[in-house]
Amino acid sequence: MVQQLKPVDVVVVGLGWTGAIMARELTKAGLEVLAIERGPDRDAASSFALPSIRDELRYSIRQELMQDAKTDPVSFRHRPTDEALPIRRFGAFLPGDGVGGMGTHWNGNTFRFLPTDHRLKSHLTERYGAARIPDYMTIQDWDVSYDELEPHYAKFEAVCGVSGKAGNIRGAIQAGGNPFEGPRSGEYPNKPLTPSHANELFRKGAGDLGLHPFPAPASNSSAPYTNPEGAKLGGCQYCGHCDRFGCEADAKATPWSTLGPALTGEAKFRKLTQAYVSRVLYDKAAKRATGVRYIDVRSGETFDQPAEIVVLATWVFGNTRLLLNSGIGTPYDPKTGSGVVGKNYCYQIQPTCEVFFETEELNPFMGAGGLGMVVDDFNGDNFDHSNLNFFGGGYISLGSTNGRPINFRPTPPGTPRWGAKWKSETAKWYRRTASMLVEGTNYSSRANFLDLDPNYRNVFGDPLLRVTYNFTDNDRAMADWVLGKAAEIGRAMGATVVAPKPRKGDFNVTAYQSSHNSGGAIMGKSPADSVVNRYLQHWDAHNLFVVGASAFPQNAGYNPTAAAAALTYWAAQAIAGAYVKHPAPLVPA
Amino acid sequence: MLDRRSFILSVGTAALTNTSIAEAAPSATADTVAAPASGAPEALLTLTPKEAALLTALVDRLIPADDLSPSASQCGVVTYIDRQLAGAFGAGARLYLEGPFRPNAPAVFGYQSAMTPLQLVQAGAAELDDWSTAQRGKPIAALPAAELDPVLKDLEAGKITLGRVKATAFFEMLLQLTMEGFFADPIYGGNRDKAAWRMIGYPGLPATYAKAIRTHRGKRYEAEPKSIADFA
Ligand SMILES: Cc1cc2nc3c(=O)[nH]c(=O)nc-3n(C[C@H](O)[C@H](O)[C@H](O)COP(=O)(O)OP(=O)(O)OC[C@H]3O[C@@H](n4cnc5c(N)ncnc54)[C@H](O)[C@@H]3O)c2cc1C
Ligand code: SF4
Repeated sequence: MVQQLKPVDVVVVGLGWTGAIMARELTKAGLEVLAIERGPDRDAASSFALPSIRDELRYSIRQELMQDAKTDPVSFRHRPTDEALPIRRFGAFLPGDGVGGMGTHWNGNTFRFLPTDHRLKSHLTERYGAARIPDYMTIQDWDVSYDELEPHYAKFEAVCGVSGKAGNIRGAIQAGGNPFEGPRSGEYPNKPLTPSHANELFRKGAGDLGLHPFPAPASNSSAPYTNPEGAKLGGCQYCGHCDRFGCEADAKATPWSTLGPALTGEAKFRKLTQAYVSRVLYDKAAKRATGVRYIDVRSGETFDQPAEIVVLATWVFGNTRLLLNSGIGTPYDPKTGSGVVGKNYCYQIQPTCEVFFETEELNPFMGAGGLGMVVDDFNGDNFDHSNLNFFGGGYISLGSTNGRPINFRPTPPGTPRWGAKWKSETAKWYRRTASMLVEGTNYSSRANFLDLDPNYRNVFGDPLLRVTYNFTDNDRAMADWVLGKAAEIGRAMGATVVAPKPRKGDFNVTAYQSSHNSGGAIMGKSPADSVVNRYLQHWDAHNLFVVGASAFPQNAGYNPTAAAAALTYWAAQAIAGAYVKHPAPLVPA
Repeated sequence: MLDRRSFILSVGTAALTNTSIAEAAPSATADTVAAPASGAPEALLTLTPKEAALLTALVDRLIPADDLSPSASQCGVVTYIDRQLAGAFGAGARLYLEGPFRPNAPAVFGYQSAMTPLQLVQAGAAELDDWSTAQRGKPIAALPAAELDPVLKDLEAGKITLGRVKATAFFEMLLQLTMEGFFADPIYGGNRDKAAWRMIGYPGLPATYAKAIRTHRGKRYEAEPKSIADFA
């Protein structure tokens, strides 16, 4: 039996970054907001205390804070003609769960996308001609410009207390920052983190090559900080237990550390945890969502929660699956290219290059999630692609995130994986190795998409989301080329051994690459090319907003959260400003 | 019936005396999995003595004793594996176990066995012992160390056919658990005396380096490693 609940103004499904931002902005606008989160309630003080939070096995290896694959995995295949198999244990990416979502255990790298990333198709067409874009590459413009998003990027950075160095303030290039970034309205709220020794070696090596190194912008507060929402962040301890962990010092900006205090004091806000939303209730004739159906994961009871506005903030997989399961919008068909739900699923290609130093002491265990030195010279279209056989690029960073030894045990190429030689090499290089990363763009492909799996179901009886994905020729050519540049930096750093690791073969679901998935409910100019309009409002249900990286038509060569958060602030502004006064489509279809 | 301690000791000693490592670590035979420093025998929670003996033989080739550290089992890795398999991990926590199954899917699909980790290790151990008895005339725990390395290499490369268990799946599970046990916080039963952390120079907890990242730039940071238990 389904139990009927009292209507609310707004239901926000999912309480990660995007859900918390929506909840905060809409309660500020005077709306009553109920946030429904499938995972447990969590706050730093009670959940992330010393000493038990410094447990690599529990948090990093067994993934305690992340989505439980037993109850709700996804299935995966490389090609539309293959049979998909469930990802029985998450590895390549680690979806979030519980209050704070993935934002609880993220690294905190907080990059803006390039202005050209926001209008990619137009930009590439203008610069290189339409004929250069391969047939399979289904890239689109965002339909929201960088300039429109700039205040929202700035707002998110202020909320997070991002530590960094601006490279472009209102068009004036700043020494020591990223000269390729779009114009910013101001400096970062916090000074950059203290660079590690390995970061400094990278800065010097890249500088010697004439590149433009700058400190990675990080949502790890370099000093105690109070954000505009009144939340207090501590100073980062460089504890090396950041990504995959909660922050015991409250120095990492998470949805709950930055917005939780304000939301907790807000009478119009309620949160409901351990409640899995299975459907958006949809009145197709009226083109309206009427609420959501959820299951209490402890009791198994089902409830219908009516609402005037429904916001899906369940990340890429959740958003796409809820639309498909609820029958809202036309599913994408890779054969004909028609339909939109599930279209333009993207990820990132992230090859790495390890650098081994015979004589340097790097203390790898001192680090922070967002601590890194970066060059952006080879990202996006920051360099000329006229004579190259690919589009896109990536930033190259040398991150100093951790030296947790179950996972961090670098050895030079050719070292066996076990035995006496493995051991002596491990002991020799542990403190003397650092790793560079290429954070590669991923331009959408006709054959990469999301739909419902016909064979496998989750614990609630819903079909699993099926991911069809492989790297394209463009991705591989781009990644190999940028990795070559990373290796040049490694040699300029004076490393004893430079070991680039290209990504070869079919996509591997076991090895962590990034949790920077995107697409599936993309934004665009019309219902024919997108699921949502530029305000992330669904074309087929004007009171349904689908927020987060699911809206990216393709992925950029950066970590996605700042862009996803800025878009969410932008959508919230449209809801609070225009939509509540006149509840109708904000863009004519 | 042989009690567990003398069983392991006899088998363990047999394996060790065949390696030069036994001389390099004279305390090895006295300080086996079955006899921790306190002298009290450590209970096996789920493995049988026979399974523990097989794992002892194998993990001590994956991580042999030398000047850098004692062997895996001397560091408690078999105890670690036993505890992991006896608990939530062994029972398949956080592992999706709904069919249909394709256990022979390419490695890029990760874990595709229908078995829980406990079932996989137990079945793999039994099948490997059968294979060893048939091919080498002795169970794994009775093979000299020099014969174990090629067996492990063949398992790793999938050159041995076990039975229901895919050789590479068994090997990867064993290698993963061994490395976890060796490097994890000692509270889980492995990494005894923080031997692995000492070997590489990892200080463990409490990990507050806001000052040290400046003061020790380019200089080796040394500290007595601390475990979660040291803060209890
Ligand atoms: C280890 C790691 C490191 C990362 N590092 C970085 C980084 O350095 N920089 C960066 O930009 N990004 C990083 N990311 C990615 C970043 O965490 C995400 O981009 C961001 O947190 C996504 O926010 P979101 O609100 O869209 O989704 P989430 O934070 O995932 O929130 C979605 C929430 O919805 C809930 N939910 C899902 N389905 C349902 C349902 N049916 N019913 C109810 N609730 C549901 C989930 O439980 C979850 O809490 C990292 C991710 C990981 C895992
Ligand atoms: S590295 Fe800094 S921000 Fe990250 S968990 Fe540690 S103290 Fe917190």
